[in-house]
Amino acid sequence: MHIVACVKQTPKSDNVKIDPATGCLIRSGAASAMNPFDEYALEEAVMLKEQLGGTVSVITMGPPQAEAVLRDSIARGADKVYQLGDMAFAGSDTWSTSYALSKGIEKINGIEPVDLVICGKQTNDSDTGHIGPQVSAWMKWPNAAFVKKVVSVNEKSITVERLTEDGSEILELPFPCVLSVVKDINSPRVRSVKGRIAAKRAEVTKWTADDVAADKNKLGMKNCPTRVVKSFVPKREVCSANVEGATAKEKAAKLVEILKENKYI
Amino acid sequence: MDYAINELEQEVLNTTRELAQKKIKPLRAEMDAKEQFSKEMLEEYKKSGIFGLWLPEEYGGLGGGITCLAMAFEELSRACAGLALTPGTSALGAIPMYLAATKEQRERWCPDLASGKKLWAFALTEPEAGSDATALKTTAIKDGDYYVVNGAKHFISTGKEADFYTVAVNTNPSRGARGISLLVIEKGTEGFSFGKKEEKMGIRSNPTYELIFENVRVPKENLLGSEGRGLLYLQETLDYSRPGVAAQAVGIAQGALDVTIPYLRTRKQFGQPIITFQALGHKVAELAAKTEAGRAMVYNLTHRMDEEFLPAVKNALANGTTVHDELKKLKGARWTKYSAEAKLFCSNVAMEVADECVTLCGGIAYMRDFPLEKYMRDAKITQIYEGTVHIQKNEIITALIKEYASKEGEE
Repeated sequence: MHIVACVKQTPKSDNVKIDPATGCLIRSGAASAMNPFDEYALEEAVMLKEQLGGTVSVITMGPPQAEAVLRDSIARGADKVYQLGDMAFAGSDTWSTSYALSKGIEKINGIEPVDLVICGKQTNDSDTGHIGPQVSAWMKWPNAAFVKKVVSVNEKSITVERLTEDGSEILELPFPCVLSVVKDINSPRVRSVKGRIAAKRAEVTKWTADDVAADKNKLGMKNCPTRVVKSFVPKREVCSANVEGATAKEKAAKLVEILKENKYI
Repeated sequence: MDYAINELEQEVLNTTRELAQKKIKPLRAEMDAKEQFSKEMLEEYKKSGIFGLWLPEEYGGLGGGITCLAMAFEELSRACAGLALTPGTSALGAIPMYLAATKEQRERWCPDLASGKKLWAFALTEPEAGSDATALKTTAIKDGDYYVVNGAKHFISTGKEADFYTVAVNTNPSRGARGISLLVIEKGTEGFSFGKKEEKMGIRSNPTYELIFENVRVPKENLLGSEGRGLLYLQETLDYSRPGVAAQAVGIAQGALDVTIPYLRTRKQFGQPIITFQALGHKVAELAAKTEAGRAMVYNLTHRMDEEFLPAVKNALANGTTVHDELKKLKGARWTKYSAEAKLFCSNVAMEVADECVTLCGGIAYMRDFPLEKYMRDAKITQIYEGTVHIQKNEIITALIKEYASKEGEE
């Protein structure tokens, strides 16, 4: 079983600030770490490896300092790590990023055939949730997003339970396929002593756009189909109202009316 | 202050601190209240490699020594002394095996010990043999290729959860203390059962059981070392394990300070944070200094021990001999006095710090919702198990008398 986990280095969750002038995240000087949702993706990959045997590869796209998140992946149980780093990738939106990742996964697939790709459901810095489904579209591999549980797995397929807006559904996907997972799926382990030491010695394979034969017309800010028009921290507003009435029953009835009026129920 | 002197020791600290923060703290209150062993923590320890810290890479360990073991035990106990005992008692139960085992026995038992697949426990104490270990009544009479074991052990930590028990027995009752031997008895062996589960003051998430042996047939391959040498191995085991209890005590003291100092900084009375009252501030300063002194004592000792222990292990593996024999060849120092001093001092510090911290924080600290009274309950055991404070004093004074007697006439 060869599993590829996609990870991203993002600002630590408690530390995200936005430049109001450009609408971009202020990344310089901010402490960064593995996107928290990706920890669950990698943990699931490592758990499947422990159960079935095989290899866990991890891929990220990012600037030179993103190497840290790959070393962290080794500490968390990954075997091989790959970094896509090239100025041509800079400013890519999710369409471009998923294209670049899919080219990287194609190359990894050439080294050792890939059975399964696992992503976190979204990042904590841009929140789109696009990457998993988009990677699967580029790869033309089946996809399940918002996976909360692996129900069963055999040599040919994996059966998963995914969250939907009003419940959940169980899907069986043939390999190779792409999953993106939610936090309910596991509880990521603490990096092992052995892993931490291996992380420092691990070899990080670095690829440019040319190395993965990516079409440069699909990469970078100027080739992206989407633009960030504005990002901002929403204002926090607190408002309250008292529901008047002689008895609790009367108050409850009035409250229901107010909720109906505002179309909350 | 951190006492890590190499990469492995530093990563042991980093790993156990993260385990304490992310996995132990959310669990400790519930496990303490329910007096329940945590299988969840057992799995976490396995995944992070804690069981194999002190075992060689040949058996799937990490090649560390007594220092790594003590550091892990300190940091885990800083969060919860009870949950820390899962790897703690497995090491204690396995140390006599590791010292006395033949190459074959090591190969049979060490890989599953290092991975945490099998837990070990140490069974010495009996109803009538506590501080006086020589009074033990459990017998093991040779019958062909087996020993037939009869008797009972009590107050056994990680009882029922552990898979292998290193049990002190008498193989030759007519020889008294010289008949004491060590046998490894596996859970599930016919005639081996568990009696009462104790309800305890502290370390409540670690199960304490009575072990009962009724005509238990143990294969002779499970004898450690040779017959009648049990007390020797036990003393050697305690020399290496008591610094672990001392480290646990330092962890408990530090954990109590970790709760107390932030509280004293934020709690206001008479219009000011109460830590600014000199009477309280000075008390905290004294407690912190004693805790640091204890820590220095532990790691100074374990680093010196490792200078001998690690080469002995290496030689035992290379020569196919026992670690005990290799230690002897290295003219092994006797650590008994130093181990006893460390345990005596640190366990008293833990009790004093936990007690004073509860007083410093006042009423809130007496409440179960506040994570401090547990430290006071847990601290107490460090003054009792693996030899009470009084037994440690006996060890120290016996060593001192010998030391000065041998110097007589030297002047």
